[in-house]
Amino acid sequence: MGKQSIIPFGPQHPVLPEPIHLDLVIEDEKIVEAIPSIGFVHRGLEGLVKKKDFNEMTYVVERTCGICSFMHGMGYCEAVENVMKVEVPDRGKYLRTIWAEMSRIHSHLLWLGLLADAFGFESLFYQCWRMREKVLDLFELTTGGRCIFSVNKIGGVLKDIDAEMLQTMLSVFEEMETELKTIRKTFLFDYTVESRLKGVGVLTKEQAHNLGAAGPFARASGVKIDMRTRGYGAYPDLDFEPITSEIGDSFARCDVRINEIFQAIDLIRQMIGKMPSGEISAVVKGNPNGEYFMRVEQPRGEAIYYVKANGSKFLDRMRVRTPTFANLPGMLETLKGADLADVPLLILTIDPCISCTER
Amino acid sequence: MEVKNPTNILEEITPADLLGQVMTQKNMGRRLSQICAAYVNEKLELSYSFAEDDTNLYHTLRLVIDKETEVCSITEFYPYAFLYENEMKELFGVNIQMINLDYQNRLYRINEETPFLK
Repeated sequence: MGKQSIIPFGPQHPVLPEPIHLDLVIEDEKIVEAIPSIGFVHRGLEGLVKKKDFNEMTYVVERTCGICSFMHGMGYCEAVENVMKVEVPDRGKYLRTIWAEMSRIHSHLLWLGLLADAFGFESLFYQCWRMREKVLDLFELTTGGRCIFSVNKIGGVLKDIDAEMLQTMLSVFEEMETELKTIRKTFLFDYTVESRLKGVGVLTKEQAHNLGAAGPFARASGVKIDMRTRGYGAYPDLDFEPITSEIGDSFARCDVRINEIFQAIDLIRQMIGKMPSGEISAVVKGNPNGEYFMRVEQPRGEAIYYVKANGSKFLDRMRVRTPTFANLPGMLETLKGADLADVPLLILTIDPCISCTER
Repeated sequence: MEVKNPTNILEEITPADLLGQVMTQKNMGRRLSQICAAYVNEKLELSYSFAEDDTNLYHTLRLVIDKETEVCSITEFYPYAFLYENEMKELFGVNIQMINLDYQNRLYRINEETPFLK
């Protein structure tokens, strides 16, 4: 056995957009163990239930994260709606699901760009982020926001999308699909990319299950969990199967996420093709009383919204369990045995969102 | 798409039953989906949720305890529970013993002690 040393990694690191610290126990240049520390950006958002009523909490919850903000609002609203037995009109469900899938596309493009940047492929990074801008433009046109959208409300949504705009969205996504095919070729068939990703940071199916991994990180290891199959939003009306891979390495994670962008575009197309008419939100009266665990599939995986209400305007408890929180143990496992040089890349492959995790 | 309708089960247990019940969940191959605490009517409510993804079953074990009650860590069965347990310990002051990676109330680096216990 060689001499062991500890290398501190983070909380500030060029490849990390958000702070996380790892004590890396290394032997030569191989990682033996990684001990994580988080907590640098804890904001105590869940504690605001004491000051903000259950309607206002919608806007607090969506500020959990600047990437999945729409889905946070949606998950929270669905949890409260389940407590209050409110049925969201079909059009409201479809609109929510369209925005949710748009969030998945822009989140995955953001991640692909960061990944390309991490292994030094600058032009690929620019291409991914250029495409992502188009999705943000569509968000701005349909909600008025590019980061925080504030279109969810308990009972449905606040804004509608007219037929003309839906057609515009179709043509933008069609164009994007063509461009994405070129980018996919580079990510999946370029020698440089392969050499950095293939066989790196393998997480087996059994490990992924035993460590409670979620989302594309778990699916890339062959664990077929996708909360959309639970049938919330418009998903029961849509034709899709969770995308998985059996390989479990960094390359498989990249493969799964790229294919999920194509899948998201297809889902949006399906929804626009059968968009129901009618109201976009239901009338909600009274205060919630009861509790519910709502699980939704965010770009990074299963997010859980727990709401406990007491019949007053103020909730007893609101808790968000984000997918990164679930994926940290899996990430630590992939680091064991890895080269020190691969650590930034491996952290990126779980697509970590630390602000989400710490709330 | 075939929708597997979710079934939610909420079962109240005592601290003495916790490890046995968790072992049962583990033996059934269920995934630990989340653990959270709530402070309601001067009691702590701890919820341990386990997911059976093939059937969409969601089983939550609920402990209702006093602030001082000692609770054993479940990291022996689910090692990755350490993050949830450290969070509950730090934010709610839950007296959890034997966590396999105990941050000693330094997970979130906050100055206030047990801020959610109010």
